[in-house]
Amino acid sequence: MPPIPGSGLAKGLAVTLRTMTKKTVTAQYPDVQPELPPRSRGVIALFEENCTVCMLCARECPDWCIYIDSHKETVPAAAPGGRERSRNVLDRFAIDFSLCMYCGICIEVCPFDALFWSPEFEYAETDILDLTHERDKLRDWMWTVPEPPALDPHAEEPKEIAAARKTADKLRAQQEQQAQEAQQAQEAQQAQEAAAEADAAKPDAAKPDAAKPDAAKPDAAKPDAAKPDAAKPDAAKPDAGEGDA
Amino acid sequence: MNDALDVALRIVIVFAVFMVLPLVVGQTEHKVMAHMQGRLGPMYAGGFHGWAQLVADGVKFAQKEDIVPAGADRKVFRLAPAVALLPYLLVLVAIPIGPGEGAVGQVVDAGIFFVLAVMGVGVLGSLMAGWASANKFSLLGGLRTAAQLLAYELPMLLAAASVAMAAGTVSLPGILDAFEWWWLPWQIIGALVFFVAGLAELQRPPFDMPVADSEIIFGAYTEYTGLRFALFLLAEYAGIVVLCGLTTVLFLGGWHGPLGADGLGWVWTLLKTGILAFVVIWLRVSYPRLREDQLQKLAWTTLIPLALAQIALTGIVKVAIN
Repeated sequence: MPPIPGSGLAKGLAVTLRTMTKKTVTAQYPDVQPELPPRSRGVIALFEENCTVCMLCARECPDWCIYIDSHKETVPAAAPGGRERSRNVLDRFAIDFSLCMYCGICIEVCPFDALFWSPEFEYAETDILDLTHERDKLRDWMWTVPEPPALDPHAEEPKEIAAARKTADKLRAQQEQQAQEAQQAQEAQQAQEAAAEADAAKPDAAKPDAAKPDAAKPDAAKPDAAKPDAAKPDAAKPDAGEGDA
Repeated sequence: MNDALDVALRIVIVFAVFMVLPLVVGQTEHKVMAHMQGRLGPMYAGGFHGWAQLVADGVKFAQKEDIVPAGADRKVFRLAPAVALLPYLLVLVAIPIGPGEGAVGQVVDAGIFFVLAVMGVGVLGSLMAGWASANKFSLLGGLRTAAQLLAYELPMLLAAASVAMAAGTVSLPGILDAFEWWWLPWQIIGALVFFVAGLAELQRPPFDMPVADSEIIFGAYTEYTGLRFALFLLAEYAGIVVLCGLTTVLFLGGWHGPLGADGLGWVWTLLKTGILAFVVIWLRVSYPRLREDQLQKLAWTTLIPLALAQIALTGIVKVAIN
């Protein structure tokens, strides 16, 4: 069926009318800050406390826009008789953002997590020379670096956390084992003491209840009577103690 | 004395309407067009959603240097904006806004004749500007204006004649007095023809061949700057007000509301005019400009036959009723 003549005209009117009722897409930028996506590449921030002046960033930079100066300082020996150490001290760290092409290779390559992407983007200058920003400015931008975005649900754990968790798990297992051993040793000792006391108090066996509380604490007394299998201290059985005595 | 005061008051009111309504339409166009294109439009001037944008524009235009090209016909060049603007003021005088003598600037017995004749003069301003500018683009714009005027005056007049036939009078208040609600479907074709032809006469998109800024650099207005250019723009918006007002009066029943006489006649007139002005803006946003030959074709092969058919229909119904 051919279209009704004039239906195209009506369709055009409908489109504009519908658009009018929708939300506009205008970004009122200087009045309203834009909502930037996570990992926006605004500017490169320097966390200079982490920087070891390894120069990897400056060497990997495709357009050579990172300037680093440093000198060596000698650190006196930590312990008497030790050796003096030398340490790199950062004198200058500057990025020329008129050259930077925001590839992020420096951030990728930094082994010490000293460089970060910041979403800050309002650093236009009227002179191109002013676009070379020194370390204090780069350090200030560090405050604008957002927290890393949360992982997707069911995502694989980050390597760092996985490693840390593995270490922690190992450590906890170790501690538990130690605690167990210590407890076993203690219980054995207690049982021995109890047995010795029972031996000593045999003449007045008429009141064993009175004798038990002070010597054998409930934990030591219960295993004997109720669950001998659960109680590891098989060595601390009264008869064994008696036999010993 | 009392008569003089009455006349003065009417002139002041008409003049105030003439100055305010076109600005309101212009501002509405700014905002409506923006939102239809997913934008916000002016937001700064005046503080609240840019309500004073056109005032700011006016200040800007007033500050600009008034340039007359060296080769121009100076007198005609300077006169043209006034010729473009004043007819609309005169038309506004004759448009009744409510029932009775108090709601019209001046009752003109041959209202339709007066209104349409004077509106035609407005286009003359563009012709004068195009001719006097000594600029090829302006001349082309002027020629296109002339062609458009020739093509679209006719259907406009025929459509208006149909209403005059139906009412049995050519006086605008007289037509409104005779109006019945069923005239609306009866004269609907005439209304469409009148409105479309009026749009073309105002050189509003999609009929803006004579100004066509992307082809002939605003046509007849190429050489104009400052206040004179602002006057041309004002004439365009005053033209919208006048066209919508006339369509309201002739075809939509003017001050007649759906509930009969309720003392709110002028509200109904303004409301209908406003809705029509919105449609004018809406059409501008929705449609691309017609080509020159398409423009002529539409007038001669569609609008004029339709207008003639409307006149025939009006005549038949009129005879049948009597």
